[in-house]
Amino acid sequence: MKARVIVTLKDGILDPQGKAIEGALKSLGIDGIDSVRQGKIFEMELATADRTAAAGMLRGACEKLLANQVIENFQVELL
Amino acid sequence: MNAAIILFPGSNRERDAIRAIEKVTGKKPSLVWHGETALPAGTDLVLLPGGFSYGDYLRCGAIAARAPVMDAVRAHAARGGLVLGICNGFQIMVEAGLLPGVLMRNANLRFVCRMQHLTVERNDTPFTSHYAKGQVIKVAIAHGEGNYEADAETIRRLEGDSRVAFRYSNARGVIGGGANPNGSTNAIAGIYSENFRVLGLMPHPENLIDPLVGGIDGRGLFEGVAGFTRAA
Repeated sequence: MKARVIVTLKDGILDPQGKAIEGALKSLGIDGIDSVRQGKIFEMELATADRTAAAGMLRGACEKLLANQVIENFQVELL
Repeated sequence: MNAAIILFPGSNRERDAIRAIEKVTGKKPSLVWHGETALPAGTDLVLLPGGFSYGDYLRCGAIAARAPVMDAVRAHAARGGLVLGICNGFQIMVEAGLLPGVLMRNANLRFVCRMQHLTVERNDTPFTSHYAKGQVIKVAIAHGEGNYEADAETIRRLEGDSRVAFRYSNARGVIGGGANPNGSTNAIAGIYSENFRVLGLMPHPENLIDPLVGGIDGRGLFEGVAGFTRAA
C-alpha cells in the first residue's frame, strides 16, 4: 500500500519561505495568488495492507519525527 | 569538571568546544558518539556542539534529537545535570523537548555569520556567574535557522520566570530592533530550563576564548560552569 503524509505550518506561524515564494510568483507576473504557505510531502511504500494499522503507525511516525507539533500540523493519506 | 561532548554526523564545532573547555578547566572533555546509550560516569556537563547534524535534513536538529544518546542526555538533565547546547545543539535541544519552542528560518531568509552583541539577562545561574547582570558581551553568530519562536503562553512563561539567558543587542546594550539578526521573539538568543541547569543558545561563546581570534567574551560562560561544578 502507498501512503502520503502532508506536513504544513500551523496558522499564525510566520513562513518566510512561503512569503519569498509568494513574492517570486508576483514578480513573474503570475497574478491571483493571495498567499503561499510552504509545506512538505512524504511519499511512502508500506509493508502492511491493514489500513487501520497503517493509519495508526503513520500517526506515530508524524508525532515522533515527521512533524514538529509546536509549529506543524500533519495529515495522513492512505492511497 | 568532567565534560562530555556529543558528536553527531555533521557536527563541526566540537573542536572549538573542546578547546574552550580545555583552556578554561585544563581537562580534556570526552567525545561521545551519538549511537552510545550512556554518558561517561561522572559527567558534569553535556555539551551539544554546533554544526549541521544530518545535513539539517527534515528540520534542523530533528534527526539528531532522536539519536540513542539523547535518552541518556535527557536522563542527565532530569537528574539536575548541566546541559549546554550551542547553535545546532540548541536546535537539537528544542527538537528533543529539553527546552520549549522552536528555531525557525531567519526572518530575512539569510544565513548570518558575523560578530554580535548580547546582553546577559541574569548572572545567578550555573552558566553566567562570571558575568555581570546586564553586561554586554560580543560573540560570534553563524546560523540560518535561529529565529526563536514559541506560542504566546510559552513566551509569557519564559519571560515571567526570567528564563531568557541572552538577548541580541547593540554594543550599548539596546535590545532588539536592528540588532536582532534573525527575527527572534523578544530578541531571544538563549533560554534556560526551569531549573536553570540546561541552557541553549544560538551564538558561539566557545569561539571567543582567545584574544588572538577577536575577544574573550565567551570565556566567562565556561569559567562559570567550571566554578559551579567545583562548588557542587
